[in-house]
Amino acid sequence: MSTAPLVDAPVSVLRRALDAKDISSVELATLFLERIEARDPALNAFITVERERTLAEARAADARIASGETGPLTGIPLAHKDVFCTEGLPTTCGSKMLSSFVSPYDAHVVALLKKAGAVSLGKTNMDEFAMGSSNETSYFGPARNPWKPGHVPGGSSGGSAAAVAARLAPIATGTDTGGSVRQPASFCGVTGIKPTYGLVSRYGLVAYASSLDQGGALGASAEDCALLLAAMAGFDARDSTSLDRPPENYAAALAAPPADASRPLAGLVIGLPREFFGDGMSGDIRAAIDAALVQYRALGAITREVDIPNARLAIPAYYVIAMAEASSNLSRFDGVRYGHRAAGFADLADMYCKSRGEGFGAEVQRRILAGTYVLSHGYYDAYYLQAQKLRRLIAGDFRRAFGECDLIAGPVSPVTAWALGAMSDDPAQMYLADIYTTPVNLAGLPGLSHPCGFDTGGLPVGLQLIGDYFSEARLLTAAHRFQQATGWHLRRPAPAA
Amino acid sequence: MAHSNEEIERLARLARLALPGNTVDAMRIHLDSMFGIIAQMQAVDTTNIEPMSHPQELAARLRDDAVTETDRRAAFQAVAPQAEAGLYLVPKVIE
Repeated sequence: MSTAPLVDAPVSVLRRALDAKDISSVELATLFLERIEARDPALNAFITVERERTLAEARAADARIASGETGPLTGIPLAHKDVFCTEGLPTTCGSKMLSSFVSPYDAHVVALLKKAGAVSLGKTNMDEFAMGSSNETSYFGPARNPWKPGHVPGGSSGGSAAAVAARLAPIATGTDTGGSVRQPASFCGVTGIKPTYGLVSRYGLVAYASSLDQGGALGASAEDCALLLAAMAGFDARDSTSLDRPPENYAAALAAPPADASRPLAGLVIGLPREFFGDGMSGDIRAAIDAALVQYRALGAITREVDIPNARLAIPAYYVIAMAEASSNLSRFDGVRYGHRAAGFADLADMYCKSRGEGFGAEVQRRILAGTYVLSHGYYDAYYLQAQKLRRLIAGDFRRAFGECDLIAGPVSPVTAWALGAMSDDPAQMYLADIYTTPVNLAGLPGLSHPCGFDTGGLPVGLQLIGDYFSEARLLTAAHRFQQATGWHLRRPAPAA
Repeated sequence: MAHSNEEIERLARLARLALPGNTVDAMRIHLDSMFGIIAQMQAVDTTNIEPMSHPQELAARLRDDAVTETDRRAAFQAVAPQAEAGLYLVPKVIE
Protein backbone atom coordinates (compact mmCIF):
# COMPACT_ATOMS: atom_id res chain seq x y z
CA MET A 1 0.00 0.00 0.00
CA SER A 2 1.11 3.57 -0.63
CA THR A 3 2.37 5.15 2.57
CA ALA A 4 1.88 8.79 1.52
CA PRO A 5 -1.71 9.15 2.79
CA LEU A 6 -0.80 7.52 6.11
CA VAL A 7 1.30 10.52 7.09
CA ASP A 8 -1.85 12.64 7.12
CA ALA A 9 -4.17 9.93 8.35
CA PRO A 10 -6.07 10.00 11.62
CA VAL A 11 -5.00 7.47 14.26
CA SER A 12 -8.14 5.42 13.57
CA VAL A 13 -6.98 4.87 9.98
CA LEU A 14 -3.47 3.93 11.15
CA ARG A 15 -5.10 1.49 13.57
CA ARG A 16 -7.08 -0.19 10.78
CA ALA A 17 -4.00 -0.35 8.52
CA LEU A 18 -1.97 -1.99 11.31
CA ASP A 19 -4.73 -4.44 12.24
CA ALA A 20 -5.29 -5.36 8.58
CA LYS A 21 -1.50 -5.90 8.24
CA ASP A 22 -1.48 -3.38 5.38
CA ILE A 23 1.53 -1.86 7.12
CA SER A 24 3.67 -2.91 10.08
CA SER A 25 4.47 -0.73 13.05
CA VAL A 26 8.12 -0.82 11.99
CA GLU A 27 7.18 0.51 8.54
CA LEU A 28 4.96 3.17 10.08
CA ALA A 29 7.67 4.27 12.52
CA THR A 30 10.20 4.33 9.68
CA LEU A 31 7.90 6.52 7.63
CA PHE A 32 7.77 9.12 10.43
CA LEU A 33 11.48 8.78 11.28
CA GLU A 34 12.29 9.57 7.65
CA ARG A 35 10.05 12.62 7.75
CA ILE A 36 11.77 13.79 10.93
CA GLU A 37 15.16 13.29 9.28
CA ALA A 38 14.09 15.23 6.19
CA ARG A 39 12.10 18.07 7.74
CA ASP A 40 13.15 18.54 11.33
CA PRO A 41 16.43 20.32 10.55
CA ALA A 42 14.28 23.26 9.38
CA LEU A 43 11.79 23.02 12.29
CA ASN A 44 13.86 21.94 15.32
CA ALA A 45 10.75 20.31 16.78
CA PHE A 46 12.72 17.42 18.28
CA ILE A 47 15.52 17.49 20.84
CA THR A 48 16.15 13.73 20.89
CA VAL A 49 15.42 11.02 18.32
CA GLU A 50 16.93 7.55 18.77
CA ARG A 51 16.05 5.56 15.69
CA GLU A 52 17.08 2.12 16.92
CA ARG A 53 15.17 2.49 20.14
CA THR A 54 12.05 3.54 18.24
CA LEU A 55 12.37 0.60 15.87
CA ALA A 56 12.81 -1.81 18.78
CA GLU A 57 9.57 -0.51 20.29
CA ALA A 58 7.89 -0.88 16.89
CA ARG A 59 9.09 -4.48 16.56
CA ALA A 60 7.63 -5.24 20.00
CA ALA A 61 4.36 -3.64 18.91
CA ASP A 62 4.30 -5.74 15.76
CA ALA A 63 4.70 -8.87 17.88
CA ARG A 64 1.76 -7.78 20.02
CA ILE A 65 -0.36 -7.08 16.96
CA ALA A 66 0.54 -10.49 15.53
CA SER A 67 -0.58 -12.15 18.75
CA GLY A 68 -3.82 -10.19 18.79
CA GLU A 69 -3.01 -8.18 21.96
CA THR A 70 -4.00 -4.89 20.41
CA GLY A 71 -5.24 -1.71 22.09
CA PRO A 72 -6.17 1.59 20.42
CA LEU A 73 -2.55 2.84 20.37
CA THR A 74 -0.58 -0.39 19.88
CA GLY A 75 2.00 0.28 17.16
CA ILE A 76 0.99 3.95 16.77
CA PRO A 77 3.96 6.36 16.71
CA LEU A 78 3.92 9.39 18.99
CA ALA A 79 6.25 12.04 20.39
CA HIS A 80 6.77 13.06 24.02
CA LYS A 81 7.36 16.57 25.22
CA ASP A 82 10.85 16.57 26.72
CA VAL A 83 9.46 17.36 30.16
CA PHE A 84 8.31 13.74 30.70
CA CYS A 85 10.99 11.49 32.14
CA THR A 86 11.90 8.57 29.90
CA GLU A 87 14.07 5.79 31.27
CA GLY A 88 17.30 5.45 29.33
CA LEU A 89 16.59 8.36 27.00
CA PRO A 90 17.66 11.98 27.66
CA THR A 91 15.11 14.24 29.38
CA THR A 92 16.40 17.79 29.00
CA CYS A 93 13.39 20.05 29.72
CA GLY A 94 14.92 22.32 27.09
CA SER A 95 17.61 23.30 29.62
CA LYS A 96 21.38 23.25 29.84
CA MET A 97 20.80 22.15 33.44
CA LEU A 98 19.48 18.77 32.23
CA SER A 99 21.22 18.64 28.85
CA SER A 100 22.96 15.38 29.74
CA PHE A 101 20.36 13.98 32.14
CA VAL A 102 19.08 10.47 31.47
CA SER A 103 16.20 9.57 33.76
CA PRO A 104 16.43 6.32 35.72
CA TYR A 105 12.63 5.89 35.50
CA ASP A 106 9.62 6.58 33.28
CA ALA A 107 6.98 9.21 33.98
CA HIS A 108 3.58 7.63 34.72
CA VAL A 109 2.27 8.93 31.38
CA VAL A 110 5.24 7.45 29.51
CA ALA A 111 4.80 4.10 31.26
CA LEU A 112 1.06 4.04 30.44
CA LEU A 113 1.70 4.75 26.77
CA LYS A 114 4.46 2.13 26.62
CA LYS A 115 2.09 -0.36 28.17
CA ALA A 116 -0.50 0.57 25.55
CA GLY A 117 2.08 -0.35 22.90
CA ALA A 118 2.54 3.17 21.51
CA VAL A 119 5.90 3.70 19.80
CA SER A 120 7.90 6.76 20.88
CA LEU A 121 9.57 8.68 18.04
CA GLY A 122 11.49 10.94 20.40
CA LYS A 123 11.37 13.97 22.67
CA THR A 124 10.09 17.33 21.52
CA ASN A 125 11.48 20.81 21.98
CA MET A 126 10.00 23.13 24.60
CA ASP A 127 10.58 26.36 26.46
CA GLU A 128 13.13 25.80 29.20
CA PHE A 129 11.37 24.06 32.12
CA ALA A 130 8.09 24.94 30.31
CA MET A 131 8.61 28.64 31.12
CA GLY A 132 7.63 30.52 28.01
CA SER A 133 4.93 31.04 25.41
CA SER A 134 7.08 30.90 22.28
CA ASN A 135 9.66 28.09 22.57
CA GLU A 136 12.38 30.71 22.38
CA THR A 137 13.73 30.00 25.86
CA SER A 138 14.85 26.49 24.85
CA TYR A 139 18.58 25.86 25.36
CA PHE A 140 18.44 23.91 22.09
CA GLY A 141 17.15 26.87 20.06
CA PRO A 142 13.50 27.50 19.27
CA ALA A 143 11.26 25.09 17.40
CA ARG A 144 9.78 26.85 14.38
CA ASN A 145 6.23 27.21 13.17
CA PRO A 146 5.66 24.85 10.20
CA TRP A 147 3.27 27.38 8.64
CA LYS A 148 5.95 30.10 8.62
CA PRO A 149 9.37 29.02 9.85
CA GLY A 150 10.30 32.62 10.72
CA HIS A 151 7.52 32.57 13.33
CA VAL A 152 7.29 30.92 16.73
CA PRO A 153 5.30 27.70 17.22
CA GLY A 154 4.02 28.92 20.58
CA GLY A 155 4.94 27.38 23.87
CA SER A 156 5.80 25.81 25.96
CA SER A 157 4.80 22.56 24.14
CA GLY A 158 5.88 24.18 20.84
CA GLY A 159 7.91 21.20 19.61
CA SER A 160 4.96 18.83 20.09
CA ALA A 161 2.58 21.19 18.27
CA ALA A 162 5.05 21.80 15.42
CA ALA A 163 5.73 18.05 15.09
CA VAL A 164 2.02 17.24 14.79
CA ALA A 165 1.36 20.14 12.39
CA ALA A 166 4.24 19.11 10.09
CA ARG A 167 3.20 15.45 10.41
CA LEU A 168 6.50 14.43 11.97
CA ALA A 169 4.34 12.57 14.48
CA PRO A 170 0.63 11.73 14.36
CA ILE A 171 0.08 12.64 18.02
CA ALA A 172 2.18 14.06 20.85
CA THR A 173 2.07 14.58 24.59
CA GLY A 174 2.32 18.05 26.09
CA THR A 175 1.86 19.83 29.40
CA ASP A 176 -0.20 22.90 30.18
CA THR A 177 0.55 25.09 33.21
CA GLY A 178 -0.83 28.38 31.86
CA GLY A 179 -1.76 27.51 28.27
CA SER A 180 1.22 25.44 27.12
CA VAL A 181 -0.87 22.86 25.21
CA ARG A 182 -3.68 25.09 23.93
CA GLN A 183 -1.63 28.09 22.77
CA PRO A 184 0.92 26.16 20.63
CA ALA A 185 -1.93 24.01 19.28
CA SER A 186 -3.61 27.25 18.22
CA PHE A 187 -0.39 28.74 16.75
CA CYS A 188 0.37 25.57 14.73
CA GLY A 189 -3.17 24.74 13.59
CA VAL A 190 -3.60 21.49 15.53
CA THR A 191 -5.99 20.32 18.26
CA GLY A 192 -4.87 20.18 21.89
CA ILE A 193 -6.59 19.39 25.17
CA LYS A 194 -5.60 20.10 28.77
CA PRO A 195 -7.78 17.98 31.03
CA THR A 196 -9.14 18.72 34.49
CA TYR A 197 -6.28 19.18 36.99
CA GLY A 198 -5.63 15.81 38.61
CA LEU A 199 -6.78 13.61 35.71
CA VAL A 200 -3.27 12.93 34.36
CA SER A 201 -0.53 11.94 36.81
CA ARG A 202 2.33 14.39 37.28
CA TYR A 203 4.69 11.61 38.42
CA GLY A 204 7.87 11.94 36.36
CA LEU A 205 6.75 15.20 34.80
CA VAL A 206 9.55 17.61 35.71
CA ALA A 207 7.75 20.12 37.95
CA TYR A 208 7.30 23.78 37.08
CA ALA A 209 4.26 24.95 39.08
CA SER A 210 2.83 21.91 40.82
CA SER A 211 -0.64 23.26 41.60
CA LEU A 212 -1.16 24.11 37.89
CA ASP A 213 0.92 21.62 35.84
CA GLN A 214 -1.18 19.12 33.91
CA GLY A 215 -0.37 16.70 31.10
CA GLY A 216 -2.33 17.00 27.88
CA ALA A 217 -2.68 15.67 24.35
CA LEU A 218 -2.02 17.15 20.90
CA GLY A 219 -3.22 15.73 17.58
CA ALA A 220 -4.65 16.83 14.26
CA SER A 221 -8.22 16.31 15.47
CA ALA A 222 -10.34 15.96 18.58
CA GLU A 223 -10.71 12.29 17.67
CA ASP A 224 -6.93 11.74 17.83
CA CYS A 225 -6.67 13.72 21.07
CA ALA A 226 -9.48 11.59 22.55
CA LEU A 227 -7.49 8.39 21.93
CA LEU A 228 -4.28 9.81 23.37
CA LEU A 229 -5.87 11.44 26.41
CA ALA A 230 -7.77 8.28 27.31
CA ALA A 231 -4.45 6.42 27.37
CA MET A 232 -2.72 9.11 29.48
CA ALA A 233 -5.39 9.60 32.14
CA GLY A 234 -5.75 7.49 35.25
CA PHE A 235 -5.20 7.43 38.98
CA ASP A 236 -1.63 7.22 40.24
CA ALA A 237 -0.92 6.99 43.95
CA ARG A 238 2.55 8.51 43.37
CA ASP A 239 0.99 11.90 42.55
CA SER A 240 -0.68 13.29 45.67
CA THR A 241 -3.05 15.40 43.54
CA SER A 242 -4.08 12.54 41.24
CA LEU A 243 -7.84 11.96 41.22
CA ASP A 244 -9.23 8.46 41.67
CA ARG A 245 -11.97 8.27 39.05
CA PRO A 246 -13.25 5.53 36.76
CA PRO A 247 -11.63 5.66 33.30
CA GLU A 248 -13.63 7.23 30.48
CA ASN A 249 -13.79 6.07 26.89
CA TYR A 250 -13.71 9.38 25.03
CA ALA A 251 -13.58 7.69 21.61
CA ALA A 252 -16.88 5.93 22.36
CA ALA A 253 -18.43 9.27 23.37
CA LEU A 254 -17.35 10.75 20.03
CA ALA A 255 -18.66 7.76 18.08
CA ALA A 256 -22.12 7.82 19.70
CA PRO A 257 -24.58 8.96 17.01
CA PRO A 258 -26.39 12.23 17.84
CA ALA A 259 -30.20 12.19 18.08
CA ASP A 260 -30.49 14.61 15.17
CA ALA A 261 -27.69 14.09 12.63
CA SER A 262 -28.35 17.43 10.92
CA ARG A 263 -28.10 19.30 14.25
CA PRO A 264 -25.70 17.14 16.29
CA LEU A 265 -25.12 19.85 18.91
CA ALA A 266 -28.82 20.64 19.42
CA GLY A 267 -29.41 21.77 22.99
CA LEU A 268 -25.74 22.57 23.74
CA VAL A 269 -25.49 26.00 25.35
CA ILE A 270 -22.16 27.74 24.68
CA GLY A 271 -21.28 30.67 26.93
CA LEU A 272 -19.32 33.58 25.49
CA PRO A 273 -17.57 35.51 28.27
CA ARG A 274 -17.95 39.25 27.70
CA GLU A 275 -14.43 39.67 29.09
CA PHE A 276 -13.00 37.47 26.29
CA PHE A 277 -14.69 39.36 23.48
CA GLY A 278 -13.53 42.88 24.26
CA ASP A 279 -10.93 44.96 22.48
CA GLY A 280 -8.02 42.68 23.32
CA MET A 281 -7.98 40.32 20.37
CA SER A 282 -6.84 41.11 16.83
CA GLY A 283 -9.43 41.61 14.07
CA ASP A 284 -8.37 38.48 12.18
CA ILE A 285 -8.86 36.34 15.26
CA ARG A 286 -12.20 37.94 15.99
CA ALA A 287 -13.40 37.15 12.45
CA ALA A 288 -12.27 33.51 12.63
CA ILE A 289 -13.85 33.04 16.09
CA ASP A 290 -17.12 34.64 14.98
CA ALA A 291 -17.25 32.38 11.91
CA ALA A 292 -16.63 29.31 14.08
CA LEU A 293 -19.49 30.35 16.37
CA VAL A 294 -21.79 30.69 13.35
CA GLN A 295 -20.83 27.10 12.50
CA TYR A 296 -21.50 25.93 16.06
CA ARG A 297 -24.95 27.53 15.89
CA ALA A 298 -25.58 25.84 12.52
CA LEU A 299 -24.82 22.53 14.27
CA GLY A 300 -27.58 23.29 16.75
CA ALA A 301 -25.72 24.95 19.61
CA ILE A 302 -27.13 28.04 21.31
CA THR A 303 -24.74 30.82 22.31
CA ARG A 304 -25.28 33.27 25.14
CA GLU A 305 -23.15 35.82 26.90
CA VAL A 306 -21.73 35.01 30.32
CA ASP A 307 -19.42 36.84 32.72
CA ILE A 308 -16.03 35.92 34.16
CA PRO A 309 -15.52 39.28 35.89
CA ASN A 310 -12.25 38.35 37.59
CA ALA A 311 -10.61 37.00 34.41
CA ARG A 312 -8.57 40.21 34.20
CA LEU A 313 -6.78 39.18 37.41
CA ALA A 314 -5.69 35.83 36.01
CA ILE A 315 -2.35 37.02 34.60
CA PRO A 316 -0.97 38.50 37.84
CA ALA A 317 -2.40 35.67 39.97
CA TYR A 318 -1.04 33.06 37.58
CA TYR A 319 2.45 34.51 37.42
CA VAL A 320 2.72 34.94 41.19
CA ILE A 321 1.65 31.33 41.83
CA ALA A 322 3.71 29.89 38.97
CA MET A 323 6.88 31.81 39.87
CA ALA A 324 6.57 31.03 43.59
CA GLU A 325 6.10 27.32 42.95
CA ALA A 326 8.87 27.35 40.33
CA SER A 327 11.37 28.91 42.72
CA SER A 328 10.57 26.17 45.21
CA ASN A 329 10.49 23.28 42.71
CA LEU A 330 13.70 24.31 40.94
CA SER A 331 15.65 24.46 44.20
CA ARG A 332 16.22 20.71 43.65
CA PHE A 333 18.74 21.52 40.92
CA ASP A 334 21.84 21.92 43.01
CA GLY A 335 24.50 20.14 40.97
CA VAL A 336 24.73 17.34 43.55
CA ARG A 337 22.33 14.52 42.64
CA TYR A 338 21.78 15.21 38.93
CA GLY A 339 22.02 17.97 36.38
CA HIS A 340 24.74 20.47 35.55
CA ARG A 341 27.62 21.06 37.96
CA ALA A 342 29.96 24.01 37.40
CA ALA A 343 33.55 23.07 36.63
CA GLY A 344 35.20 25.43 39.12
CA PHE A 345 34.02 26.69 42.53
CA ALA A 346 35.39 27.84 45.87
CA ASP A 347 33.12 25.94 48.26
CA LEU A 348 29.72 24.22 48.52
CA ALA A 349 27.65 27.44 48.41
CA ASP A 350 29.67 28.67 45.45
CA MET A 351 29.10 25.33 43.70
CA TYR A 352 25.32 25.69 44.11
CA CYS A 353 25.34 29.29 42.87
CA LYS A 354 27.60 28.70 39.87
CA SER A 355 25.92 25.45 38.83
CA ARG A 356 22.51 27.13 38.90
CA GLY A 357 23.78 30.36 37.34
CA GLU A 358 25.32 28.43 34.44
CA GLY A 359 22.60 25.76 34.12
CA PHE A 360 19.50 27.98 33.99
CA GLY A 361 18.68 30.37 31.16
CA ALA A 362 17.61 33.99 31.66
CA GLU A 363 13.82 33.46 31.77
CA VAL A 364 14.12 30.64 34.31
CA GLN A 365 16.41 32.82 36.44
CA ARG A 366 13.93 35.71 36.26
CA ARG A 367 11.08 33.50 37.44
CA ILE A 368 13.16 31.95 40.23
CA LEU A 369 14.15 35.41 41.50
CA ALA A 370 10.61 36.78 41.28
CA GLY A 371 9.32 33.62 43.00
CA THR A 372 11.95 33.94 45.73
CA TYR A 373 10.84 37.53 46.24
CA VAL A 374 7.11 36.80 46.56
CA LEU A 375 7.79 33.97 49.01
CA SER A 376 10.29 35.89 51.10
CA HIS A 377 9.63 37.02 54.66
CA GLY A 378 6.94 39.65 54.89
CA TYR A 379 5.67 39.29 51.32
CA TYR A 380 3.98 35.87 51.38
CA ASP A 381 0.52 37.17 52.36
CA ALA A 382 0.62 40.10 49.96
CA TYR A 383 1.53 37.97 46.95
CA TYR A 384 1.15 34.18 47.12
CA LEU A 385 -1.81 34.14 49.51
CA GLN A 386 -3.51 37.00 47.69
CA ALA A 387 -3.03 35.14 44.39
CA GLN A 388 -4.58 31.99 45.87
CA LYS A 389 -7.58 34.05 46.98
CA LEU A 390 -7.95 35.45 43.46
CA ARG A 391 -7.81 31.87 42.26
CA ARG A 392 -10.90 31.12 44.27
CA LEU A 393 -12.68 34.19 42.88
CA ILE A 394 -11.88 33.11 39.31
CA ALA A 395 -13.00 29.51 39.97
CA GLY A 396 -16.23 30.94 41.44
CA ASP A 397 -16.81 33.00 38.29
CA PHE A 398 -16.57 29.85 36.17
CA ARG A 399 -18.85 27.94 38.55
CA ARG A 400 -21.53 30.61 38.16
CA ALA A 401 -21.05 30.74 34.38
CA PHE A 402 -21.48 26.97 34.12
CA GLY A 403 -24.84 27.41 35.82
CA GLU A 404 -25.91 29.18 32.63
CA CYS A 405 -24.09 27.21 29.91
CA ASP A 406 -22.58 23.81 29.10
CA LEU A 407 -19.33 25.00 27.55
CA ILE A 408 -17.50 28.29 27.22
CA ALA A 409 -15.96 29.40 23.92
CA GLY A 410 -13.49 32.14 23.13
CA PRO A 411 -10.06 32.88 21.72
CA VAL A 412 -6.93 31.02 22.82
CA SER A 413 -4.61 33.97 22.30
CA PRO A 414 -5.16 37.63 21.42
CA VAL A 415 -2.63 37.29 18.57
CA THR A 416 -1.46 34.63 16.12
CA ALA A 417 2.12 33.32 16.09
CA TRP A 418 4.56 36.21 16.22
CA ALA A 419 7.91 36.47 14.41
CA LEU A 420 10.87 34.93 16.22
CA GLY A 421 12.41 37.54 18.50
CA ALA A 422 9.50 39.99 18.23
CA MET A 423 8.65 39.78 21.95
CA SER A 424 12.09 39.02 23.36
CA ASP A 425 12.94 42.53 24.54
CA ASP A 426 10.22 42.66 27.15
CA PRO A 427 9.27 39.18 28.38
CA ALA A 428 6.56 40.67 30.59
CA GLN A 429 4.69 41.75 27.45
CA MET A 430 4.61 38.11 26.34
CA TYR A 431 2.95 37.20 29.65
CA LEU A 432 -0.05 39.35 28.72
CA ALA A 433 -0.76 37.10 25.71
CA ASP A 434 -1.72 34.33 28.19
CA ILE A 435 -4.87 36.24 29.18
CA TYR A 436 -7.40 33.69 27.84
CA THR A 437 -5.62 30.50 28.90
CA THR A 438 -4.40 31.15 32.47
CA PRO A 439 -7.88 31.50 34.06
CA VAL A 440 -8.57 27.87 33.07
CA ASN A 441 -5.44 26.60 34.84
CA LEU A 442 -6.15 28.66 37.95
CA ALA A 443 -9.63 27.15 38.18
CA GLY A 444 -8.28 23.66 37.31
CA LEU A 445 -10.79 23.25 34.46
CA PRO A 446 -10.36 21.34 31.20
CA GLY A 447 -9.72 23.38 28.04
CA LEU A 448 -9.32 22.54 24.38
CA SER A 449 -8.06 24.43 21.34
CA HIS A 450 -9.06 23.52 17.80
CA PRO A 451 -8.20 25.19 14.49
CA CYS A 452 -10.91 27.52 13.17
CA GLY A 453 -9.27 29.60 10.44
CA PHE A 454 -6.26 31.67 9.44
CA ASP A 455 -5.15 35.27 9.77
CA THR A 456 -4.44 37.39 6.70
CA GLY A 457 -0.78 36.31 6.88
CA GLY A 458 -1.69 32.61 6.58
CA LEU A 459 -1.10 31.68 10.23
CA PRO A 460 -3.60 29.46 12.04
CA VAL A 461 -6.19 30.69 14.54
CA GLY A 462 -7.53 28.45 17.31
CA LEU A 463 -10.86 28.46 19.13
CA GLN A 464 -10.78 27.66 22.83
CA LEU A 465 -13.50 25.56 24.43
CA ILE A 466 -13.60 25.43 28.23
CA GLY A 467 -15.65 22.88 30.13
CA ASP A 468 -16.72 22.26 33.70
CA TYR A 469 -14.69 19.78 35.77
CA PHE A 470 -14.48 16.32 34.15
CA SER A 471 -16.31 17.39 31.00
CA GLU A 472 -13.51 16.20 28.68
CA ALA A 473 -15.93 13.95 26.77
CA ARG A 474 -18.28 16.86 26.14
CA LEU A 475 -15.43 19.16 25.06
CA LEU A 476 -13.98 16.58 22.69
CA THR A 477 -17.41 15.70 21.28
CA ALA A 478 -18.27 19.33 20.55
CA ALA A 479 -14.93 19.83 18.78
CA HIS A 480 -15.40 16.54 16.91
CA ARG A 481 -18.84 17.59 15.64
CA PHE A 482 -17.33 20.88 14.47
CA GLN A 483 -14.52 19.00 12.72
CA GLN A 484 -16.95 16.58 11.07
CA ALA A 485 -18.63 19.60 9.47
CA THR A 486 -15.54 21.67 8.62
CA GLY A 487 -12.06 21.19 7.18
CA TRP A 488 -9.79 23.52 9.16
CA HIS A 489 -8.18 20.60 11.00
CA LEU A 490 -7.33 18.96 7.65
CA ARG A 491 -5.21 21.86 6.37
CA ARG A 492 -1.50 21.14 6.30
CA PRO A 493 1.44 23.54 5.98
CA ALA A 494 3.52 23.32 2.80
CA PRO A 495 6.92 21.71 3.49
CA ALA A 496 9.52 24.33 4.41
CA ALA A 497 11.78 25.16 1.49
CA MET B 1 7.37 48.42 42.44
CA ALA B 2 10.95 49.46 41.84
CA HIS B 3 13.69 47.13 42.98
CA SER B 4 17.29 48.13 43.60
CA ASN B 5 20.36 46.33 42.31
CA GLU B 6 21.24 45.47 45.94
CA GLU B 7 17.86 43.80 46.32
CA ILE B 8 18.39 41.76 43.14
CA GLU B 9 21.75 40.63 44.48
CA ARG B 10 20.18 39.67 47.82
CA LEU B 11 17.47 37.63 46.05
CA ALA B 12 20.11 35.93 43.91
CA ARG B 13 21.96 34.92 47.08
CA LEU B 14 18.74 33.57 48.62
CA ALA B 15 17.99 31.63 45.43
CA ARG B 16 21.61 30.36 45.17
CA LEU B 17 22.03 31.87 41.73
CA ALA B 18 25.32 33.38 40.57
CA LEU B 19 24.36 36.35 38.42
CA PRO B 20 27.21 37.83 36.42
CA GLY B 21 27.57 41.47 37.55
CA ASN B 22 26.74 42.82 34.12
CA THR B 23 23.32 41.11 34.10
CA VAL B 24 22.00 42.63 37.36
CA ASP B 25 20.69 45.77 35.64
CA ALA B 26 18.82 43.77 33.00
CA MET B 27 17.36 41.49 35.69
CA ARG B 28 16.19 44.49 37.72
CA ILE B 29 14.47 46.03 34.70
CA HIS B 30 12.73 42.75 33.87
CA LEU B 31 11.58 42.20 37.45
CA ASP B 32 10.22 45.76 37.64
CA SER B 33 8.30 45.09 34.45
CA MET B 34 6.90 41.82 35.87
CA PHE B 35 5.86 43.46 39.11
CA GLY B 36 4.21 46.23 37.13
CA ILE B 37 1.79 43.56 35.88
CA ILE B 38 1.48 41.91 39.27
CA ALA B 39 0.68 45.18 41.06
CA GLN B 40 -2.89 45.30 39.74
CA MET B 41 -3.90 42.36 41.93
CA GLN B 42 -2.88 44.13 45.14
CA ALA B 43 -5.83 46.49 44.93
CA VAL B 44 -8.47 43.74 45.02
CA ASP B 45 -10.34 43.35 48.30
CA THR B 46 -10.12 39.67 49.27
CA THR B 47 -11.33 39.93 52.86
CA ASN B 48 -13.03 36.68 53.94
CA ILE B 49 -11.97 34.85 50.74
CA GLU B 50 -10.35 31.50 51.49
CA PRO B 51 -7.16 30.84 49.52
CA MET B 52 -7.48 27.98 47.02
CA SER B 53 -4.62 25.53 46.54
CA HIS B 54 -6.40 22.64 44.79
CA PRO B 55 -9.56 22.96 42.70
CA GLN B 56 -11.05 19.70 44.05
CA GLU B 57 -10.38 20.50 47.74
CA LEU B 58 -8.58 17.18 48.17
CA ALA B 59 -7.60 16.02 51.60
CA ALA B 60 -4.12 14.53 51.77
CA ARG B 61 -4.35 10.84 50.97
CA LEU B 62 -3.03 8.34 53.48
CA ARG B 63 -1.48 5.05 52.50
CA ASP B 64 -0.39 2.00 54.42
CA ASP B 65 3.01 2.32 56.02
CA ALA B 66 4.56 -0.29 53.75
CA VAL B 67 7.76 -0.52 51.74
CA THR B 68 6.86 0.25 48.13
CA GLU B 69 10.23 1.05 46.57
CA THR B 70 13.06 -1.25 45.59
CA ASP B 71 16.73 -0.32 46.08
CA ARG B 72 17.76 1.63 42.98
CA ARG B 73 20.63 3.55 44.51
CA ALA B 74 23.08 2.60 41.78
CA ALA B 75 20.71 3.74 39.01
CA PHE B 76 20.02 7.05 40.77
CA GLN B 77 23.66 7.73 41.51
CA ALA B 78 24.66 6.91 37.95
CA VAL B 79 23.28 10.32 36.90
CA ALA B 80 25.04 12.26 39.69
CA PRO B 81 27.86 14.61 38.67
CA GLN B 82 30.12 12.93 41.26
CA ALA B 83 29.35 9.85 43.34
CA GLU B 84 31.64 7.31 44.96
CA ALA B 85 31.06 4.27 47.16
CA GLY B 86 27.34 5.03 47.35
CA LEU B 87 27.91 8.63 48.41
CA TYR B 88 27.33 11.92 46.62
CA LEU B 89 30.54 13.93 46.57
CA VAL B 90 30.46 17.64 47.41
CA PRO B 91 33.19 20.12 48.39
CA LYS B 92 34.42 19.80 51.96
CA VAL B 93 32.20 21.83 54.35
CA ILE B 94 34.16 21.34 57.60
CA GLU B 95 37.75 22.52 57.72
